[in-house]
Amino acid sequence: MLKATAITHRFGAVKVLDHADLFLAPGQIAGLVGPSGTGKSTLGRILAGHLAPLSGHIEADGAPVGFGPGRPCPVQYAPQASELSIDPRWRVGRILENGGAPDQGMLEALGIRPEWRDRFPRELSGGELARVSLARLVLPTTRYLICDEITAPLDALSAEDMMTALRALARRGMGILVISHNYGFLRRHADLVMQLQHGKFAPAGIA
Amino acid sequence: MTETIMQQCAGAPQDMPVRRGAARRQLVRRGAVVAGILALVTAAPFLPLDPLHLNPAARGLGPSLAAPFGTDLLGRDVLARTLTALAVSAQVGLAAAAISTLIAVTLALAATFSRLAERAVGVLTELALGLPHFVLVLMVAYAAGGGMSGVILGVALTHWPRLCRVLRHEAQTVAAADYVRISRALGRSRFWVARYHLAPHLLPQVVVGFVLIFPHAILHEAGLSFIGLGIEPHLPSIGVMLADSLRGLMAGHWWVAVFPGLGLVFLALSFEVFGESLRRAADPVDGGA
Repeated sequence: MLKATAITHRFGAVKVLDHADLFLAPGQIAGLVGPSGTGKSTLGRILAGHLAPLSGHIEADGAPVGFGPGRPCPVQYAPQASELSIDPRWRVGRILENGGAPDQGMLEALGIRPEWRDRFPRELSGGELARVSLARLVLPTTRYLICDEITAPLDALSAEDMMTALRALARRGMGILVISHNYGFLRRHADLVMQLQHGKFAPAGIA
Repeated sequence: MTETIMQQCAGAPQDMPVRRGAARRQLVRRGAVVAGILALVTAAPFLPLDPLHLNPAARGLGPSLAAPFGTDLLGRDVLARTLTALAVSAQVGLAAAAISTLIAVTLALAATFSRLAERAVGVLTELALGLPHFVLVLMVAYAAGGGMSGVILGVALTHWPRLCRVLRHEAQTVAAADYVRISRALGRSRFWVARYHLAPHLLPQVVVGFVLIFPHAILHEAGLSFIGLGIEPHLPSIGVMLADSLRGLMAGHWWVAVFPGLGLVFLALSFEVFGESLRRAADPVDGGA
């Protein structure tokens, strides 16, 4: 279980997270919806250890979330702008092996073609890059995946394919948090959908 | 209008490889010119040329088949002196550019260690940039006792700030990039990040910086030698030759100034344009890394 308790974070005077609690079970796909500026991406970064919260505690399967040399984080974060989350000087083959050998099943599920390996990121489309960016995060040590608007640059069919691939990961026991602006999309694919309201989580619904 | 834009959009992807191929060919051509110049100036001391040989019988002769660049007021062969002087300039340029680049890289990397180091390097860089450039070169060269080592030190100690600023900015950008955070979260060490993220970003800048400092160095060498603070007067150097040429020019001997001057301009310019091509090729957006 990924447990984030009493997470508080602010940017200047704006408190984006206010003692927020979040629980994500292995095998669960949770959706987080909300307009821009409500702290969704900040939460994603905090959960994956990319950003330290002002206060609060995060643990994955009973151990505090963290990483170090030779010790990948059990929670991985796929950022919104995949073109910025990829070293532009690397070829796709190296990007896929960023953390070690990539998961072959994931590569096939995401439709990542072997001939892309010799290309530079600028030679792939936004959608193809988003898939490459996601695939490298699936290591044997990855237990939870935070996907921040990763379907945004994809066409509808590719977005469905990506969600099918994520569903397959969930069946293998991975807990997945999908962040999106699209409530309908999350309703279709997630087991539960939440929203951030005044820095806390609340069940999402059409108001 | 719409059609034009659409045509442009449709044409762009096909044009890009052509443009990139042309840029690469240009880089190879300019690189070949630079390599040729370096080969020539390296070979100059071994050629059957004597830049110091005095021939009172052939003083102040214009260009001819026997002496294509003419002779100076002491009857020395201007071609032999120009080639030897360019060899000296190239040595000074390479040594000064190498030391300058080393200082820039060391300070830029030191700046990534802590916020305090970052600020200290920043202040030092801005301070060095704020001081009048040539006056500083003069002072260091003078303090170092002049001569070849004085020129090299003078140029090396004054030409690192611009490159250092570029490298520091590049290192900061890479260190703050999402892909570095992701690599760390995927279990990669700081050393691994430096090897696979930082080095590939900095290396092209370092090479380009080195190549672009080179023409500055040789122009400063000529300037310092011209006013008597550079290469010792008995050695052939472009600056010394140009200073000597003033008397020749008054006597109408244009070749004693024009040929060494053109040699210097050609040497400096070829490195400048090669550096520019290299910079474009190293840019992952503009060129093709």
